[in-house]
Amino acid sequence: MKKIIILIIFFLSFSKLNALIEVDITRGNLDPLPIAISPLHVDIKSELIDGLKVKDLGGDISKIIEKNFKSTGLFNPLKKDAFVQKPDIAHLKPRFEDWRLIKAQALVTGKIIISDGKLKVEFRLWDLTASKEMLALAFTTTPTNWRRVAHIISDKIYERLTGEDGYFDTRVIYVAESGPKNQRVKKLAIMDQDGANTKYLTLGNELVLTPRFNPSNQLVTYLSYFRNLPRVYLLDIETGTQEVVGNFPGMTFAPRFSPDGKKIIMSFAKDGNSDIYTMDLDTRVVERITEHSSIDTSPSYSPDGNYICFNSDRSGLQQIYVMKSDGSNVKRITFGDGIYGTPVWSPRGDLIAFTKVRKGRFYIGVMRSDGSGERLLTENFYQEAPSWSPNGRVLVFYRETKSGPKGEGFSAKLWSIDITGYNERKISTETDASDPSWSSLLSK
Amino acid sequence: MTRSLIYSIFFHLIIISLTILSLPFMTRQPIDLPPIVSVELIQISDVTNIPYAPKARKIIEEVKKEEKRVVSEQAPPAAKAKEKPDRIPLPNKEDEIKKIVKKKQNPEEIKPQIRQSSEFEKKEIIDTNEIAALIDKAKEEQFVNERNSKKLTQSKVKNSFATGLSLSEEDALRAQIFGCWSVPLGLPYDDNLLVRIKLELKKDGTIKRSEILDHERMNRPGQKFYKILAESALRAVRLCQPLKVPPTGYENWRNIQLNFDPTEMLKG
Repeated sequence: MKKIIILIIFFLSFSKLNALIEVDITRGNLDPLPIAISPLHVDIKSELIDGLKVKDLGGDISKIIEKNFKSTGLFNPLKKDAFVQKPDIAHLKPRFEDWRLIKAQALVTGKIIISDGKLKVEFRLWDLTASKEMLALAFTTTPTNWRRVAHIISDKIYERLTGEDGYFDTRVIYVAESGPKNQRVKKLAIMDQDGANTKYLTLGNELVLTPRFNPSNQLVTYLSYFRNLPRVYLLDIETGTQEVVGNFPGMTFAPRFSPDGKKIIMSFAKDGNSDIYTMDLDTRVVERITEHSSIDTSPSYSPDGNYICFNSDRSGLQQIYVMKSDGSNVKRITFGDGIYGTPVWSPRGDLIAFTKVRKGRFYIGVMRSDGSGERLLTENFYQEAPSWSPNGRVLVFYRETKSGPKGEGFSAKLWSIDITGYNERKISTETDASDPSWSSLLSK
Repeated sequence: MTRSLIYSIFFHLIIISLTILSLPFMTRQPIDLPPIVSVELIQISDVTNIPYAPKARKIIEEVKKEEKRVVSEQAPPAAKAKEKPDRIPLPNKEDEIKKIVKKKQNPEEIKPQIRQSSEFEKKEIIDTNEIAALIDKAKEEQFVNERNSKKLTQSKVKNSFATGLSLSEEDALRAQIFGCWSVPLGLPYDDNLLVRIKLELKKDGTIKRSEILDHERMNRPGQKFYKILAESALRAVRLCQPLKVPPTGYENWRNIQLNFDPTEMLKG
């Protein structure tokens, strides 16, 4: 009996002695990931296709990918001077040890082939620490689409390395402004998210306001004044066709699509009282959502379409409220000092972006959908109208500079900032710009 | 009768000693962890970093003026400071100093987080410097070592025994990996983000074998993020190698499991 007991005890002690050491790692760093983006290898030395120099395309595409990654603040694209392998060999299989020497953790290589007047772009993403390929894809398109290919490649790499969708193959629609402050000409304009390929969609004869993308396709709704009457328009940016959705009485504000794109939600004043309404785009039936003596404006749907956030002055000062999509269960979610406005629900559903005014300063911030965790990301003299990137990581908004007594020195520009608040960037536009709206991914 | 009594006493003693040393419920008897951690960290930083670091940095800046590479925070420890009076005035010794500094500047080994774990660094630095430079320091170290050994409580012994790493060694390893791990940002906060990696290490702390324990989860639908998370954890371990492991007790830490979980960090 004793022997058995001893054996058991020995067994227990032995198993304990050989227990595997476990170390919990609960923190990491958020430093930008060092990534090397090698110019894409081009077989053809000099050939013009559709007015493009094919031999330059490899470098041009890699430059766009590099610029995209740099703009995220999450990646640190390494300088090409430090590269240890030329693209003509790198696209086959890189020498991992050499790339590790320059402290790169990931490497992008690829090559360009032209056949039958089509552009074929192959690329590979390599994990340099594990010495293995992470991703390999190829795209075929018309040569003039090379910029889009660069954005699509950027999206694929971003997705593979971060686990969330990219936002590079997207566009931003905004109001392009020109002329003196008291006689501004406002046109609708659209550009790629990096500021390239600007196109003007209206002539500037009429005042245009608040363009908003349909989350599911390339349709835009916006407000325009025709003979001093507000009209809500639908614009298909692929075909250029425009359609009047309806004339609405009094002051009308900020039409915005529902997540399924079947309805438009907006606010307008009826009998002197501004409330929130929806319009079914198929039946054109208008439905009243809020009925309150206060001013309710700026409605925005949650991505699942079950809730609406909006701002209202029903408690005295303008604050943000959330309600069910049928208008029931209205709940105030902001209680801080200051005025809150332009709430926009994140495409991920977790956050609401807003503009806050306190002591004469304007802030762009985010908070959880229950109003908790308010974070003010940026502060300035005048800024508003945040709009989310399709992956819910970046906000675009516009900022105005203070003008002199005669309106001099005034300008309005688009800016972007990510939800950490650390990566604020000015987006270059041809003219002054306001009221931006970010599209969904074009290639999805 | 007497023989039986002796046997009985003998076996009872064995049972009691084994119980005290090894049984799990015994090892988890009240351990006052927080005070131990703080005491250790204060001792290490007091001795190694605070009094000598500024002087040492000055020396390195003078010697390495032309080199633009970043000097590690941990590179100028106490031992360096003592070199100054003997070495700086002698021009023919400059090359030698340069060599020493270079050795500590090896970018592969520099991990700013290791400041907390300067126990290991201290040993390296002592080995690479001249004995004269260590004379003064030796007294202090002796004192510190004595103080450390006096404060080694029973609970700490138990902890070392149970895990194979002392608290400071575990902290050092953890801090090293913190610095290497780039956490992917698109992770769903509410999902299970635990990635367990089992490592077999060589004596020098480099990785002999690594294995993701829940690797089948990578291919499950809706778990795409897990693959990205697991890859990032593996990348961190590879980047960090050689891992900062104790110079002794190889069999204890030869196999080690790292549990990566960024939930707390991402939720903020």
